[in-house]
Amino acid sequence: MPAEKPLTGSMRADGGALNRDAYERAGGYRALRKVLSSMTPAAVIDEVKDSNLRGRGGAGFPAGLKWSFVPEHAPHPRYLVANADEMEPGTFKDRLLLEANPHQLIEGMALAGYATGTDVAYIFLRGEYKLAARRISMAIAEAEEGGYLGKNILNSGYSIELHLHVSAGRYMCGEETGMLNALEGKRANPRSKPPFPPVCGLFGMPTTVNNVETLCNVPHIINNGAAWFKRLSRGKDGGTKLYGASGKVKHPGLWELPMGTTIREILEEHAGGMREGLRFRGVLPGGASTDFLTEEHLDVAMDFTEVQKAGSRMGTGTMIVLDDKTCPVGMVSNLEHFFAQESCGWCTPCWSGLGWVERILKAMEEGRGQPGDLEKLAFQTKFWTPGHTFCALAPGAAEPLQSALKYFRGDFERHINEKRCPWK
Amino acid sequence: MLTPEERAEIEAEFAHYPNRKAVSIDAMKIVQKHRGWVSDDALIDIGGLLGMSVSDLDGIATFYNLLFRHPVGRHVIYICDSVSCWIMGSDRQCSHIADRLKLQPGDTTADGRFTLIPIVCLGACDHAPVMMVDDDTHLDLTPEKIDRILERYT
Repeated sequence: MPAEKPLTGSMRADGGALNRDAYERAGGYRALRKVLSSMTPAAVIDEVKDSNLRGRGGAGFPAGLKWSFVPEHAPHPRYLVANADEMEPGTFKDRLLLEANPHQLIEGMALAGYATGTDVAYIFLRGEYKLAARRISMAIAEAEEGGYLGKNILNSGYSIELHLHVSAGRYMCGEETGMLNALEGKRANPRSKPPFPPVCGLFGMPTTVNNVETLCNVPHIINNGAAWFKRLSRGKDGGTKLYGASGKVKHPGLWELPMGTTIREILEEHAGGMREGLRFRGVLPGGASTDFLTEEHLDVAMDFTEVQKAGSRMGTGTMIVLDDKTCPVGMVSNLEHFFAQESCGWCTPCWSGLGWVERILKAMEEGRGQPGDLEKLAFQTKFWTPGHTFCALAPGAAEPLQSALKYFRGDFERHINEKRCPWK
Repeated sequence: MLTPEERAEIEAEFAHYPNRKAVSIDAMKIVQKHRGWVSDDALIDIGGLLGMSVSDLDGIATFYNLLFRHPVGRHVIYICDSVSCWIMGSDRQCSHIADRLKLQPGDTTADGRFTLIPIVCLGACDHAPVMMVDDDTHLDLTPEKIDRILERYT
């Protein structure tokens, strides 16, 4: 029997979006009917807790637990935000879910909204996803017309408004509290926590923020049960996962596979291995802000628990592959340039340290590396840790750098000693 | 002055948020959609409508990558310079565009046809290198393909 693909199995082969009729024919909005007619919000939260659904935005926080943080008697209006700001370099998984099946997200949001007592929900979409914006707008209109959104949905007495917010572009918007500031029409600086969003979030009201892929799983959990969802996975974290690969593999792409599929299986069987004449050197397992893993880690299972044990994070599950003809120092230089440019400039280790590191790496690439540079780089990463910064941008920036210094140290040293980039 | 059309589009956004200030980013995007960029005068007018200071709006406008505070060409080329595209040679594609259009990244051609802007990951990494021109995403770029694409934008 072919492996189950709840997230992508019903998508059209031609890349078009499922409209409401097609989504309903594929079983869509059944979960919402079931929940509204026969389940309490607490029962929905319990089912999602039991399923071991962990947040797919990168941090892997248990989704049901997150929902339970909104206090039962918290004031209204309460908000729910779908984080569709997919800006993590190397990540292109939510694009597919948004473009090919926007109703799946909408149903997931209506379910999450019911569970958390949400009155108003937003889809926070990055500005560059133009096709997704058109398709989501159309799907919201169809869902309203079908009675799945708006006042007294499906005559249940529950009401939820859903709006699309299209961003104007900045990596910081993907950070939970930065996103809330952006929705309030401000710069997307993160907020000082506590208070946390479930208590005091958007416009000062209780707010839940979930990643797109997380929310898209919810209708399937409700339809098929927590036990089914856990069985989809090969490990402890429930469900399937959208894995991707980019870089110089034969067939870069995106695949929905059982959670816990190994890095080797994804890269060799699905991505087709390395291109002719190239050797694998390393991989960022889940976007720019994850630690490099190398050949010794190829048999690591891609789930939140196992990748962490191997010294990295699964992050978004979309892998960026480094080959032996690409300069690892150049790659890290590119990454740190990204983080330096996208930093909001609030915390000193981030705005000051990232700029410094960016300049050191650029100089190294240009043949102006100095003895002592590697110590300076390592020293900086020690300040980019939780507790020194308000958000995860700088800790994320530390991950590829600190791991590159460990696994590719000889390459850094060659840049300094030979006063040039050996790959140029 | 905001045109009646711009004003109506901005006011339509009010219904989505509990206060007018939350509409600031949408308002600037609406003005930019009609005029290509957001001028000082536009900030004053938007500020008047939303009850916000010009300096607040300017701080917001300059924070976001896709809001322009000075004029751009008729078409904006966004070339991805993030990691997956870099591995696949986006530096060379960017240089190719710059040479062809005789400009530096960030600049506008003398005839006002194109502005070239390096941008962060566009989320199509399995088809790197990638660029957007205006609202269209173009995948698997090569110099020849770039030449053909650019001819379509007059």
